[in-house]
Amino acid sequence: MDLSLIIMQLFSGIALGAVLVITALGLTIVFGMLGVVNFAHGALFMIGAYAGLYLASLTGSFWWGLVLAPVLVGAFGMLIERVLVRRLYGRSIDDPLLLTFGLSYILVEGVRIVFGSDGIPFPTPSQLVGVVDLGVGFFPKYRLFVIALVAVVLLLLWLMLEKTRVGLIVRAGARDPQIMRVLGVDIGKVWLAIFGLGVGLAALGGVLAGPMRSVNPEMGTLVLAEAFVVTVIGGLGSIVGAVVAGLMVGVCISMVALFAPEMATIVMFALMAAVLLVRPQGLFGLKGRA
Amino acid sequence: MTVQSTGEAPSLSPSQRLFAVLSDHRVLVSLVALALLPWLLPSKALAVNVLIYGVVVMGYNLLFGYTGLLSFGHAAFFGAGAYLTGIAIGRWGLPWFAAVPLAIAASTALAALIGTISTRTRGIYFSMVTLALAQLVYYVALQASSLTGGENGLRGFTVDRINLLGLPINFLDPVNKYYILMAFAALALWVQSRILNSPFGAVIEAIRENEQRARACGYDVERCKLIVFMLSGAISAVGGCMSALHLSIVPLDSLHYQTSGMIVMMVLLGGARSFFGPFIGAATFLILEDVVSLWTPHWQIVVGAIFVVFVLFLPKGIWGTLLDGLPVARAQR
Repeated sequence: MDLSLIIMQLFSGIALGAVLVITALGLTIVFGMLGVVNFAHGALFMIGAYAGLYLASLTGSFWWGLVLAPVLVGAFGMLIERVLVRRLYGRSIDDPLLLTFGLSYILVEGVRIVFGSDGIPFPTPSQLVGVVDLGVGFFPKYRLFVIALVAVVLLLLWLMLEKTRVGLIVRAGARDPQIMRVLGVDIGKVWLAIFGLGVGLAALGGVLAGPMRSVNPEMGTLVLAEAFVVTVIGGLGSIVGAVVAGLMVGVCISMVALFAPEMATIVMFALMAAVLLVRPQGLFGLKGRA
Repeated sequence: MTVQSTGEAPSLSPSQRLFAVLSDHRVLVSLVALALLPWLLPSKALAVNVLIYGVVVMGYNLLFGYTGLLSFGHAAFFGAGAYLTGIAIGRWGLPWFAAVPLAIAASTALAALIGTISTRTRGIYFSMVTLALAQLVYYVALQASSLTGGENGLRGFTVDRINLLGLPINFLDPVNKYYILMAFAALALWVQSRILNSPFGAVIEAIRENEQRARACGYDVERCKLIVFMLSGAISAVGGCMSALHLSIVPLDSLHYQTSGMIVMMVLLGGARSFFGPFIGAATFLILEDVVSLWTPHWQIVVGAIFVVFVLFLPKGIWGTLLDGLPVARAQR
């Protein structure tokens, strides 16, 4: 097999993995902070893709969709936290999970009512149509853009969490919310913001994935499974884990797609099973959490 | 809920005594209720579906309700039971009475495999891992289209006649079909009741209430979880076999995440941890689907909203809440 083809496929895998990283990151940050796994994460990813598509056609520019969709869907996520999820803190850990699962039903059907059940094509923004010459081969501009944007978002998130006062509160709150309350921090507001951030990241993943895969109401199911696989491999609650596992899964899928296309959808689950057998808490997970 | 024998408590009122007798014979009482079902519901087709999904959800309840393990991948066992029954009859030419035990055995083996991996994890992880592994089964069935029919589902096997002790019975008649399938349900109910009444049944409830303490008492928690996972998968697979015999096709969707989700919804609507709750839940869900889809194709939005209300305000489900409200039932605790 041609070496340049393999390198190109590697880049495709990184682009695919970049979207997985953003999506799984939203899931893992919310879990790390609130101890809640959001089963509507896939549905909110799908809502993000639709919102991006709608806003882009409304404003006539993909860029407005890219910026506004995550913000608006994130705000919607905060509404979900305040109205629904908040009632369940302190109850069984299964309850928020069941609630968000029911919510995903409502969201998917709601989108079917508004936009119809059929898939809608998501046009690639005109500035990013075409390919660039990477020396070893031609690579779609849009995918390169996705990789770059995700890298920037990751950098910003890291700076926020590690270098700012807000990040300090967030990290401390994940360790011990009780102490934060004693110190006079309104931890409820932090949880609200984090839930919104997580949902916003899902929506960003949705907008970015739009031009790469078809947009339809059911797209969230596969995304939810993918995000779960990535967070389980990386370790639930671990940000580094989500990044490493996301890229690993993306590259794995596209490499297998090159050699054995029929195995491409199966390989990530096999990878997860293998990791669980060796390290049940995931690659970067803390022992005792699993 | 296990009810102590009435002999040692002579102060019970007649209604309490009646309730105790009914609880002691819960398999029989459940069967009477199920036998009346086709005549109470608007259509025989609906009754058959309630019966089938009731068995699937009952198996699931063993895992979720009684052991406290929230699996989001039970469609794998329901689907495996259905697919393997269909494959054994249609592809290998086996008679139904050989195909069904084979399908249940193979589904239990699948449950052993998935259980080995997923019971290594706890809490939320368990839900995520079971979901992912069930999706793996779904994609394998989708890819292995030469055996499973892929996207079109499995077709080409029909059981039209069942020979009962030399008496050929027309299986296409809905009433005959219902009562023959009820024999499977009766077996499943009996097995479920035996499991719950056994010492093992007490151990799994102990694990649900306090895993650490169960471990400290010397129980091998991991092994118990794996066993209950397999038993639960086996009972749900019985429902899958019933579905294959009933429909004569196996849609690919029976392995889908949506089906796993539906099972979860049914158990919660009916009442997890209650013996008959799964059938109430299956009936509620299917009747809702039937009624709501009369005036909107978007019935899922209504069902989803009702489910959310249940999670928030009625976590014990219809049957569980009803039993809680009955003074005779409360006195038994």
